[in-house]
Amino acid sequence: MSIRERLSGNEAAATAMKQINPDVVAAFPITPSTEIPQYFSTFVNNGQVDTEFVAVESEHSAMSACIGAQAAGGRAMTATSANGLSLMWEMIYIASSLRLPIVMSLVNRAVSGPLNIHNDHSDAMGARDSGWIQLFSENNQEAYDNLIMAHRIAEHKDVLLPLMVCQDGFITSHSIENIELIEDEKVKEFVGKYNPEHYLLNDKEPIAIGPLDLQAYLFEHKKQQADGMRNAKKVILEVAKDFEKMTGRKYGFFEEYKMEDSEVVIVCMNSTAGTTKATVDELREKGIKAGLLKIRVFRPFPAEEIAEALRNAKAIAVMDKADSLNACGGALFEDVVSGMYTAGIHVPTVSYVYGVGGRDTTVSDIATVYEDLIKIKDTGKLGNPYRYLGIREGK
Amino acid sequence: MSEINPKTPINELTIGGNIYTAGNAKEFKTGDWRSETPIFKADLCKQCGLCFNVCPDDAIPVNKDLKREDFNYDACKGCGVCAKVCPFKAIEMK
Amino acid sequence: MKDLIEIRWHGRGGQGAKTASLLLADAAFNTGKYIQGFPEYGPERMGAPIVAYNRISNNPITIHSNIYEPDYVIVVDDTLLDCVDVTAGLKESGAIIINSTKDNNYLKEKLKNYNGSVYKIDARKISIEALGKYFPNTPMLAAIVKVSNIMTEEAFLEDMIGSFKHKFAKKPEVIDGNMKALEMALKEVEKVK
Repeated sequence: MSIRERLSGNEAAATAMKQINPDVVAAFPITPSTEIPQYFSTFVNNGQVDTEFVAVESEHSAMSACIGAQAAGGRAMTATSANGLSLMWEMIYIASSLRLPIVMSLVNRAVSGPLNIHNDHSDAMGARDSGWIQLFSENNQEAYDNLIMAHRIAEHKDVLLPLMVCQDGFITSHSIENIELIEDEKVKEFVGKYNPEHYLLNDKEPIAIGPLDLQAYLFEHKKQQADGMRNAKKVILEVAKDFEKMTGRKYGFFEEYKMEDSEVVIVCMNSTAGTTKATVDELREKGIKAGLLKIRVFRPFPAEEIAEALRNAKAIAVMDKADSLNACGGALFEDVVSGMYTAGIHVPTVSYVYGVGGRDTTVSDIATVYEDLIKIKDTGKLGNPYRYLGIREGK
Repeated sequence: MSEINPKTPINELTIGGNIYTAGNAKEFKTGDWRSETPIFKADLCKQCGLCFNVCPDDAIPVNKDLKREDFNYDACKGCGVCAKVCPFKAIEMK
Repeated sequence: MKDLIEIRWHGRGGQGAKTASLLLADAAFNTGKYIQGFPEYGPERMGAPIVAYNRISNNPITIHSNIYEPDYVIVVDDTLLDCVDVTAGLKESGAIIINSTKDNNYLKEKLKNYNGSVYKIDARKISIEALGKYFPNTPMLAAIVKVSNIMTEEAFLEDMIGSFKHKFAKKPEVIDGNMKALEMALKEVEKVK
């Protein structure tokens, strides 16, 4: 029997970390993820976990400490947001290239500037090519579940890549909601022990990691990372299957909400997907065939599967909660349309940048996107493919 | 672990370039960095022991009788420190 | 109770409006509901106007936006009536509850553009009498339960004694006072119009 609880997204993430009981947590506080190391340090102080908590002086050191701990043979975790992730920048590439399956809870927030502490996805989108697996979470439940599944994915011998679990800052991190927790014992059994094949503190096998890797080798090592990312697709589904056996909660690369016969489809991630579900329900009552494709796994990007799921749509809006400032569309939009193009599927698709810097996105805001899609479907005219939802246009 | 070279295929490379054996720095021959070469003149050497202590590349072998032998030119980079410290002109740089 | 009830709290930083919204979420959760309780974060400091929200439903809640057309509004500090549009978007089928010592005519005049129900409660008097200190949270919580019928008074009181026992495990002497404040508030919340 699962445990019925009510927790904020940050509490949910900290609870998952408590149940995982990693060897090392190194973190530096930053809004809106501050509560995660705060709660976790309480667990450490109360003796509820065996973890060594490293209260570092910066995020660069937090990630460095995680790298050291994981390379030594331990399980290391951290949490951060926005500019904290920016300060980790150098080290997140080191973590993935050393193939260290560190797990991070990333509470998404706008990367300054101008200074903003609210939610968007600019932090995660910036890290999308860093070789980290990226899972997105609609609510506290998914943030918790994704963390419970994280180590099994990241530590798999065919993967060996670090993993970040994303959730929306404040919107889910600071909202108390219902959640079903898994018993401690079951989590322990599911996550299992960490048994790295090679590690620095193994006195039977002295090793060196992170050597100089010049022209003749780095290319191959990057391809190995890319192979790990490709392999992660299979592992993510296997772990999800086991997770479903334990909890009854089903996870895949994405969630299809009322997609069977849908004509107008929104693709988005994190909490907006929940709000979009409410919009879809309203539109369905009016007879409009609206659907939602909620991306859970953004890295590795399941391009073929997404293209297939969108094959029968008549018009699609891909919503990015960060502007790539590239003059052609959001990051998720680019990945979705290139996946569809490669698969030979051509459906009119537009990019919507929305919710930047915590701009609230309501059921009726999303309804206007569906209205736009209906126009595209009816007229066959795409118009401007690079749009902004709710921006205050001048005259 | 097998030795690797610029022709080693990807599947024979360790992930991240990790090195799973110890003490293998000697496999990397640095002797070809050398522009000047020390020449050991055994007849002038008094085995005082100053030279091999200062060699940064451990390129002066010492035998079990604690006597130095001729240079290991696979390792010697030709820095000339040994020649500088020798009080007996038993090492000449060429 | 209708399927989804949306509530907006207005308070000042430090008065506990956010905590009250979380307590309400807790109480509703404990009676089997699906809940959300979340503050709207800004640059607020002690004394600055702040807003917090609740959604309460019999079904899972997926919406993740602020609330613009609440069923109920709770005003923890009546000086906010002068500087915040507290009835903005408030449904006329709903109600506003104000912590105030002002007379009914004053409140009617202040809220003359709102045609729904207006309730007031003197949370200060209740709190001082029951607790000896001014904590407007507890009486306001009881007032919204009474006005909204989110749950029965019995279920509410039963749940609250449990959570006070947990919350005040180290100072059990305040549990009775808090329960008294709830009971008084349930009786004293008054309909203005």
